[in-house]
Order: sequence, then structure tokens, then C-alpha cells
Amino acid sequence: MAQLANFRLKGLLLLAIVVFALPLFISNPFHYGLATQIALIAGAVVGLNLLVGFAGQISLGHAGFFGLGAYFSGIMTSNYGWSAVPALLVGAVGVGLIAWVVGRPILRLKGHYLSMATLAVGFIIAIILNNERALTGGPDGMPVPSFDVFGWELSPFNQYSLLGVEISGDLAWYLFAGVVLLVAVWLAQNLIDSPIGRALRSVHGSEVAASVVGVDTAKYKSLVFVISAIYASVMGALYGHFQGFITPSVASFDFSILLITMVVLGGMGSTIGVIIGAVVLELLPQVLADFQEMEMVLFGLILMLTMIFMPKGLLPTAAGFWAKRRAQTAGGKA
Amino acid sequence: MTALVEVSNLSKDFGGVHAVEDVSFAVEAGQVYSVIGPNGAGKTTLFNLITGLYTPTGGEVKLNGEPTGKLQPNQLAERGMCRTFQQMQICMNMTAIENVMLGRHLTLKSNLLTTLFRLPALTRGETAARNKAAELMEFVGCGNYLDRDAAAMSYGALKRLEIARALAAEPKVILLDEPAAGLNAVETEALEALIRKIAEQGITVMLVEHDMKLVMGISDRLLVLNYGRVLAEGTPAQIRVNPDVIAAYLGG
Repeated sequence: MAQLANFRLKGLLLLAIVVFALPLFISNPFHYGLATQIALIAGAVVGLNLLVGFAGQISLGHAGFFGLGAYFSGIMTSNYGWSAVPALLVGAVGVGLIAWVVGRPILRLKGHYLSMATLAVGFIIAIILNNERALTGGPDGMPVPSFDVFGWELSPFNQYSLLGVEISGDLAWYLFAGVVLLVAVWLAQNLIDSPIGRALRSVHGSEVAASVVGVDTAKYKSLVFVISAIYASVMGALYGHFQGFITPSVASFDFSILLITMVVLGGMGSTIGVIIGAVVLELLPQVLADFQEMEMVLFGLILMLTMIFMPKGLLPTAAGFWAKRRAQTAGGKA
Repeated sequence: MTALVEVSNLSKDFGGVHAVEDVSFAVEAGQVYSVIGPNGAGKTTLFNLITGLYTPTGGEVKLNGEPTGKLQPNQLAERGMCRTFQQMQICMNMTAIENVMLGRHLTLKSNLLTTLFRLPALTRGETAARNKAAELMEFVGCGNYLDRDAAAMSYGALKRLEIARALAAEPKVILLDEPAAGLNAVETEALEALIRKIAEQGITVMLVEHDMKLVMGISDRLLVLNYGRVLAEGTPAQIRVNPDVIAAYLGG
């Protein structure tokens, strides 16, 4: 545990350094925008990893919860004049409740059956968002007001001063999203290295073993499903406020698959790894803009190749490789 | 005195196969009680019925006088029953000591708030659980594996680790399903000593085992199953001379 705690702090520290050092290397608004978007999506992926990487369950409909969070906050702030913070929080609680109600029955399923059931949940949410035109604007989407904390507005187009330094709205949003991601990672790591986290991992390792020492496996599966849905909802709400406009694509099947691919590519069960997965898969379409229509094909291919050649994912594979190299050099010297 | 575990007229059918048929016996607190019988006699099925992994077709099991009915394995664990498996159930995605700390699950009171913000109460509980787990790993004889990945441990060490995990739950009765299977003579002797030490602590031990030397040496009473039915029940001395048992084992 001392080791684990050490490892945990190192990962968080490393992430903090990367987040806060990045503005030294980029300055254009487009890059800040992209970095902000990556940080918010990475937050949702960290939550999904709790479900997939640690508890060994799957959700192919997680974009649904992301979309619900985005739309709830968007609708409440634009149509009903709510402030963004309460809208985000109430949305998170609501999405958590929906996840609990839906999760209780479907988490009894395993493997392919669970995949199908979660897939259906995602589809249902996407269909509702597409069809409830009066509320959501349908397939055309809807504008979302800027994020505000009780009157104080956070917009990419404003100027702010932080500790006497003038900073652009883009940078302010980026720093805010970075802090949110750090908090998301910190909470996730605390959850994993705890009795609850052990119970979750044991559901993955051996459900029978978990149950005979007293772990109520059904309860823990529901719990982690709800927590990961809340992560998605909060990140979805922030994403909507940041973008200023949302369409049902935030709840689409394609986006669900993208989220899962990020988890698998980065490394199931590695909190820092899945963030790397999110960064890679968000940057890739920028680099390969010419192949836009082939995007899903590419993601599918990445998912397949990762499963075959790197089933542990990028970071754990790299870490294992590095540890082996180091052991070899140490052995050579001795 | 009522029996700690009381099994009456217990039956389990799989399709047309009567895996366990009309089995009754009682285990007093503090005993070492063994279930023996040829392969396919229904020993593991019996254990699965007692620990709630299977639902019986007929009959009932009482733990501490209370019918276990449709209680789930985790609810039986709350009532003091814990077990190991013939096909070991170890969480290979965790370290050795985390597997044992999992056994402390019921004694660790944790809520989401203390967990998410890692409040001091959680850290204190975790430290205590880790110390207890380390102590138990020492007790079963795998004290030098603490932070090793479970996946990197030898078969014999994993068998002892599984016992440590069951003990971590502080059970009243522990069911060991073929703990000596796959162990060499030296390891089996160490296992026998370990089971004695467990029994000395006042924990009731139920054992499914093929190693006759081990079983006859440490059991207070024995149940012999054959084709799902009770062939004989009694002390090791009675069983040793029982003509039915001799016939079943030596082919009469």
C-alpha cells in the first residue's frame, strides 16, 4: 500500500506538471480549445475506466450519460435561467439515479449480454435527444450559455486576470478543465486504493471469491456504474458549456465506442494510462484530417490491434518494457 | 448444545443426476469435520450448497440454528461462514496482501465520503487491515510474499493465501475444499499443522480432502459420501473399520 500510495502520488504529480506546463508551449486559441476538450473527455474516460478497467464490467452506452449531463445543464441554463453550477450538480444526481435504476437489472448480465444492454441504453438516450425537438432542438442541436459560477462567467472570449497576470479566456478555460481533470483523477485514485476499490477490483478478479468473503457484488457493480455515469454527466455538462453548442452526437454510439477505445488503448485499470489514450485518440483526427470519413475505421483498427498486440494498453505495456530493460541493465552490471 | 452447522435431508439434482441426495449431518462448534468419498461423490456440490453458491433441490442447512434458506454467499459470510475452493479463486489483478485485505471487507466500515477524500478514518482502517493481513500471511506461511502480485506466486503459496483470506473474515466456521490437492508431502505436513492451529483458535473447520493420512490424523468426525448419498458417519476409528467404506474405497 505504501508502494501503491507512492505510485499514486507520482502519477498525479506528473499529470499536474504536464497540465500546468503545457501553456508554456502552446499559445494559440485553437490549441487551448483542443487541450480543454481533451481534458474534459479524459475526465469522463477516467470515470469509465473505474467501471471497465477496475470492476471489469462494460458499458457501450456511456456517451448517453455524457450527453444527458450536457443537455440537462444546457436546457436548465438556457431555458430556465438556472446558474450552471446547480444545473451541473442536479444533472449529475439525476443521471446517477437513472444509472442506478438502469444498472440494477442489467448488471446481472455478463459479457456480451451486458455489452448489448448498455448499447441499448446509449441508443435510447440518443434517440430521445434526437426526437425531443421542443427541448433539445433535435438533430440540429442547441446553444448552451457559458459556464458561470454564481454570476462570474467563464467564457473563451473574455479576458481575466489571475494573480495580477492578464490571461485569455481560452487559457482560463484550459486551466479550469485541467484542475477539474486533476480532481477527477485524485478522487478516482482515492476510490481505487480503499476497501471499496478493493471490492470493485475483486469483482473483476473473481466474483466468487468476492462473495464468499462478504462482498455484495451486485451492490458494488451498481455503485461503480453510478459513479462512472456521474463522471460522464459532469464532464458532459462542462463540455457543453465550453463548446457553447451541442448536438445529439455527444450521446452517439460512435462517441461511446471512442470512449471505450480510449480506455483500452491507454490501459484498462491505469488511471494515467487512459488519459494518454484520450490524448492520442483526440489528437489523431487532427493529424489525419484528410481521412476524416475513415475515422471510425481507424478507431476500430486501433481497438483491434491494441487487443491483439497490447492487451494491457499503452502505459502498462510501456512500463513493463521499461522495467524489464532496467532489470536487464542492472543484471548486466552485477 | 445446538450444532453450528446442521444439514438435514439436503438434495441437489442437476437434470436427472442426483449429485447430493438426502444428506444429513451436524457439525459441533470447535470440531474438525471432514467429508470424504471417491471422485464424483458430491463433496464439492455439498460444500457449494452449504455456502450458498447452489440452491438446494430439497432439504435445508442451518447455521447457528438459523435456516440459511436463500441467503447469498456474502450474507452467509456476514454470519460467520467462509471458504476456500478446489479451483482456487484468487484475484490475480491484485497483490497478495490485497487479496487477504479483501477478507477484511466485512470488518472495514467505509463510506463513499471518507473514501473519496481519503479522510484519516480511512487511512487508519487501512493500516489496521494491512497489519492484520500481514499477520495472517505470516500465520499461514506466506509472509514473504506481501506486496508480490498474486499472479507471480507459486501454487502452494496461493493455496495458503486463500486460507489467509478466509481467516481474515474472522469466520466461526471455515470450509476448506481439497486444500492438500497438488501439494507435495512436506507442504501437506505444513498444511496439517496449519489446520490444527486454526482449530486451536476455536474456529470450526470443515474439510473436503482425498489425502487419507491427513484426514484421519486431524478429523474429529468424518462423513463418507458415495454417489451423493451418506455411506457412513463417525469418528476416524469407526470409519477405518466400516465395511461399507472399505468396500467403496477398495472396490468390494
